Amino acid sequence: MTASSLPSVDSALSVVEARGVTKTYPNGTHALAPVDLAVGRGELVTLLGPSGCGKSTLLNLFAGLIDPTEGELRWWDGTLAATGGAGRRLGFVFQSPTLMPWARVSANVRLPLDLLRVPRFEAEQRVADALALVGLGRFARHYPRELSGGMQMRVSIARALVTEPDLLLMDEPFGALDEFTRNRLDDELVALWSARGLTIVFVTHSIHEAVYLSTRVVVMAARPGRVLADLPVETAHPRGDPFRASGAYGALCASLSELVAAAGAQEAERA
Amino acid sequence: MRSNTPSRWLEYAAPVLVAIVTIALWQGLVDLYAVPSWLVPSPARVLATLVTDRELLLGSLGVTLSIALAALGIAVAVGTFVSLLFVQSRWIEASFFPYAILLQVTPIVAIAPLIIIWVQDTRAALVLCAVVVAIFPIISNTTLGLRSVDPGLLNLFRMHRASRLQVLLRLRVPSALPYFFGGLRIASGLALIGAVVAEFVAGTGGQGAGLAYQILMAGIQLNVPRLFAALVLITLAGVGLFGLTVWVSKLALRRWHESEIAAGT
Repeated sequence: MTASSLPSVDSALSVVEARGVTKTYPNGTHALAPVDLAVGRGELVTLLGPSGCGKSTLLNLFAGLIDPTEGELRWWDGTLAATGGAGRRLGFVFQSPTLMPWARVSANVRLPLDLLRVPRFEAEQRVADALALVGLGRFARHYPRELSGGMQMRVSIARALVTEPDLLLMDEPFGALDEFTRNRLDDELVALWSARGLTIVFVTHSIHEAVYLSTRVVVMAARPGRVLADLPVETAHPRGDPFRASGAYGALCASLSELVAAAGAQEAERA
Repeated sequence: MRSNTPSRWLEYAAPVLVAIVTIALWQGLVDLYAVPSWLVPSPARVLATLVTDRELLLGSLGVTLSIALAALGIAVAVGTFVSLLFVQSRWIEASFFPYAILLQVTPIVAIAPLIIIWVQDTRAALVLCAVVVAIFPIISNTTLGLRSVDPGLLNLFRMHRASRLQVLLRLRVPSALPYFFGGLRIASGLALIGAVVAEFVAGTGGQGAGLAYQILMAGIQLNVPRLFAALVLITLAGVGLFGLTVWVSKLALRRWHESEIAAGT
């Protein structure tokens, strides 16, 4: 069980790659210093850092939602970079569920397929599959407001998965949820990731969540946003509570928290 | 919390009680001081006038209501179209929105004589006056609504390379509905006011005379009971129109929008 559950990481083929990417917003905010980061197929990479470290900016660049000021972004080794985005093979999960309140759960999940003009019958089939995947098959006819926060987030994940993306980008998706719900969704996410061979980039400001989830933690620092450290987490999935109680977990959390604190102190000195 | 919310029964009973007491007091005072009916008619007298003059008054009510409804329909159609144009580009909105405001702040009584001179058909002139009064809340609310889109959802649409039309129909229009219905409620009252005011200015009598004309004539003839009766009908028409828009809004939004979801469900 443990042997098969770690999908093979093929780092030779990067799913998305930033080369010397910087981002300065029109208002002058220097959000990202030159960043080089490649995400290989099958990885579950978390971007960890305090507010303002540019982790959401980097994620939006990966999604093609914004353009870099300098540098280059490549998707699937450049195959899609020429078209300026990668709409179909990307799934994006926002900080909040971002559902359409006027539409039923099924219609919300179907939205990306509708936008891509997938025939209705095929779309319905895929919506049913995606909802079953997140355990919400029974709630297709509900409206978002009738669901709890955790369930709404799962609808949002189903919507991201319905296009069968190769790369799933998640921007602090469980940040607003209580710890119990967050832990359960973390486990469900890992299960989905290993079952479907997904590549995930996951933004979080929780050290514990980062260590628990990832195959690789990218620590970022603020002002300007930059990559501070890039650490692998070797333990195989599924990790579960034994991992949370293990020494490796504790040591990793401690060293990461030191890193983040040191960066914070440095920044305070300069300011 | 519970003790502060009036029960359903009280919600209806309390205003009805206020009406009964007020009417009884009015009747009692008029009887007690023997107030002549050309000064203040008693409620019973107003009711009697409503019955005896019913053909005249109901005919006029029909005229006024049809003008108000036509104006409301045109205001919704034209107002929504203008809003859709406004959200297509900031340039269009910036160029034309000030004139929409101009339309709103100019008193209708000041423009009505012009409209009545320029438009041959009196009925059309009256409808146009009422449209001028009713259209602004539709334009301003709908424009605001079409722009009040969840930025996350807009990003999602962009990420999947949605066309302008897809964004409009699947995102902007549904987002705008609660705002639109807010505007519609205000517009329904304004359409009636516009119809009545325009009729006052036009002073059209004869076959197509509306309730405003009946009030004008009853005032000149000191037929105060009829004046009151016409006033009652205008008020009822206004309440009816408002109720209609509330009902339509409820029908459209009850499944999802906070404003129409009954407490406790």
